[in-house]
Amino acid sequence: MELNGARILLECLKREGVDVLFGYPGGAVIDIYDELPRHDIRHVLVRHEQAAVHAADGLARASGKVGVCLVTSGPGATNTVTGIATAYADSIPMVVLTGQVPTPLIGNDAFQEVDIVGITRPCTKHNYLVKDVRDLARVLRQAFYLARSGRPGPVLVDLPKDVMQAKTEFVWPEDVKLRSYNPTYRPNLNQLRRAVEALLEAKRPLFFAGGGVVMSDASEELGWLARTLSIPVTSTLMGLGAFPGDDPLWLGMIGMHGTYAGNKAVNNADCIVAVGARFDDRVTGRLSAFASGARIIHIDIDPTSIRKNVRVDIPVVGDCRKALAGIREIATTRLAEKDWATAHEPWLAQVSAWRTEQPLTYVKNGSIKPQQVVETIFSITKGDAIVTTEVGQNQMWTAQFFTFRKPRTLLTSGGLGTMGYGFPAAIGAQFAFPDKLVIDMAGDGSIQMNIQELATAVCNKLPIKIVILNNGYLGMVRQWQELFYQRNYCSTCMEAQPDFVKLAEAYGAEGYRITDPGELESTLRTAFASPNTAVIDVRVEREENVYPMVPAGAALDEMLLV
Amino acid sequence: MRHVLSVLVENEPGVLSRVAGLFSGRGFNIESLNVAPTLEEGVSLMTITTSGEEQIIEQIVKQLRKLVTVIKVVDFIDVSAVEREMMIVKVQADDARRAEVLRIADIFRCKVVDVSLNDLTLEATGDHGKVQAILSLLARFGIKEIARTGTVAMRRSMQPESV
Ligand SMILES: Cc1ncc(C[n+]2csc(CCOP(=O)(O)OP(=O)(O)O)c2C)c(N)n1
Ligand SMILES: [Mg+2]
Repeated sequence: MELNGARILLECLKREGVDVLFGYPGGAVIDIYDELPRHDIRHVLVRHEQAAVHAADGLARASGKVGVCLVTSGPGATNTVTGIATAYADSIPMVVLTGQVPTPLIGNDAFQEVDIVGITRPCTKHNYLVKDVRDLARVLRQAFYLARSGRPGPVLVDLPKDVMQAKTEFVWPEDVKLRSYNPTYRPNLNQLRRAVEALLEAKRPLFFAGGGVVMSDASEELGWLARTLSIPVTSTLMGLGAFPGDDPLWLGMIGMHGTYAGNKAVNNADCIVAVGARFDDRVTGRLSAFASGARIIHIDIDPTSIRKNVRVDIPVVGDCRKALAGIREIATTRLAEKDWATAHEPWLAQVSAWRTEQPLTYVKNGSIKPQQVVETIFSITKGDAIVTTEVGQNQMWTAQFFTFRKPRTLLTSGGLGTMGYGFPAAIGAQFAFPDKLVIDMAGDGSIQMNIQELATAVCNKLPIKIVILNNGYLGMVRQWQELFYQRNYCSTCMEAQPDFVKLAEAYGAEGYRITDPGELESTLRTAFASPNTAVIDVRVEREENVYPMVPAGAALDEMLLV
Repeated sequence: MRHVLSVLVENEPGVLSRVAGLFSGRGFNIESLNVAPTLEEGVSLMTITTSGEEQIIEQIVKQLRKLVTVIKVVDFIDVSAVEREMMIVKVQADDARRAEVLRIADIFRCKVVDVSLNDLTLEATGDHGKVQAILSLLARFGIKEIARTGTVAMRRSMQPESV
């Protein structure tokens, strides 16, 4: 039987295991919307297309599935760009479906026409314009395959209106073959042997986990290796949760706002095993000083990550989990060659001395400290929550003071640092895990970038909790102005802000305001216990700074401390 | 260091802009770029000349391989290859200088493809170095116009180690 493009699209989505679609309709996709009610796919109507992409992203990060969103042509499509770039920077599997003007009009500056394939070329893993309905099923199959395989990433498929209307025989392609795309999953055995050799020789080894550990579900292998070989662990922001934050071997995240112990360890280690990390400048500090005394073993599925920023002694291209499993296998046969615990004893003593010397801390006074809010939320939830963040100080305090113990429990825009990410991502996460507590740790600036999604959350009865660490500033920028620009607080004071409580209520959500430290815990508990969407406006110390801080361009161990 | 890269691509709409965008977006430098179909339908060969330090070239090659539409990348620095580039050059050549221009053309086995009272148009083929040499020898006569292809290259059948 011949089906039209819209029907084929939905049949394909079903077969790819899609049950939720975040989207926003318009003329170019109206045929798809016309078809939607006849399919067992839930469509979530957002209030801005950027949020549809972040929601798909949040669903993907929380669940490991491919997130999907659907928008119309022109402005609908351009509104997705920030979301796509966010997902691309953090390697999130996602398929973005955009409507396009009918093929005969393409190139004519038609109404609501933009070259979205051209616009998103540099921020997608790959993208397609489907010009013939007979290509549709194959392209969609490839899009999902590309999005989730190798180093994952967003794939955009542009769907002209006439292609959605045209009919053809629907054939679901059972497999996907792309001769020009063959990710390397299995690491080279020799490189793994060299890695084990290096670990045998090391006196001050260190694991350094990135988002790749989370993405490839390699936490268990990492944990086994760290504990069996007595090797301490640090991570990037994206790697938080990959190793339990309450393990004695855990040193905290490294980088610009990394822990003292973590940053010191990197620059004093003699062997670093970097797993699924790409050495972003926020992580390395001044490159010439980064890990200068260490042999670096770098495991990554993407060969371009290796030797892009940092010299590497033993490159291992492959899936992080497979690589760590391979190292485990080889190490198991050579365990007896070294008394690991004893050999690393002085090093472990050193790193734990750093940890006690300069733990993550803050000065308590009469006011509500943002760090204390994060700690309180951790203790109320016992860490059993999915936490998303916005960007800025709120993000860093959450990373520092919430103890993440499991992968996929922190969803944050690491690579792009997109303000406005956290709330829509929380919506996606809540759809993936309807019974979990999902909390967006927000800033008063960031939350206003996608605040309109309160309508989406309320009408879908999502019990998301938005905790605004309200300092009345674009705090992170203000911190830079304070420290490096002689307190020239130009355009960072955000005192003119809505009444967040009333705003929440106007949308039909619950609103809470906390100004008294004594009410912090009880009000948070009340809000968290509610079955409704809730906004909790916490008035925190306004000019609190995030420490430690490695100034831009400084070496990792040149930290400003509390 | 100058590198000649041979890049085999799926000939889809947009493939050229993917490759060109990669170079511009990452600040890599392109000296010349040549694209043409191959024997296999739907597959094109791009020959790209670029230059940079080792680590940059390594990134360029890896980034090219990462593009989903790129089938294969060969850096001709690693293999022995035949390299050619073609140039059409219009040189000032009045009666007094014509003989000298023709002599140079002859030495480099250029073809005369057009002639007028005041100039000669030559077609020159050779590797990059030879074409550069012709150009600099002709410069003193006054060059009115040039049109050059980028480099194209092919791996030699007999590689030094296999001889
Ligand atoms: C979309 C976007 N615009 C601008 C920035 C630059 N920026 C980074 S942090 C920050 C301040 C964020 O303020 P707020 O959300 O109140 O968080 P705080 O730092 O105060 O916790 C800004 C403007 C950004 N990261 N993203
Ligand atoms: Mg703020």
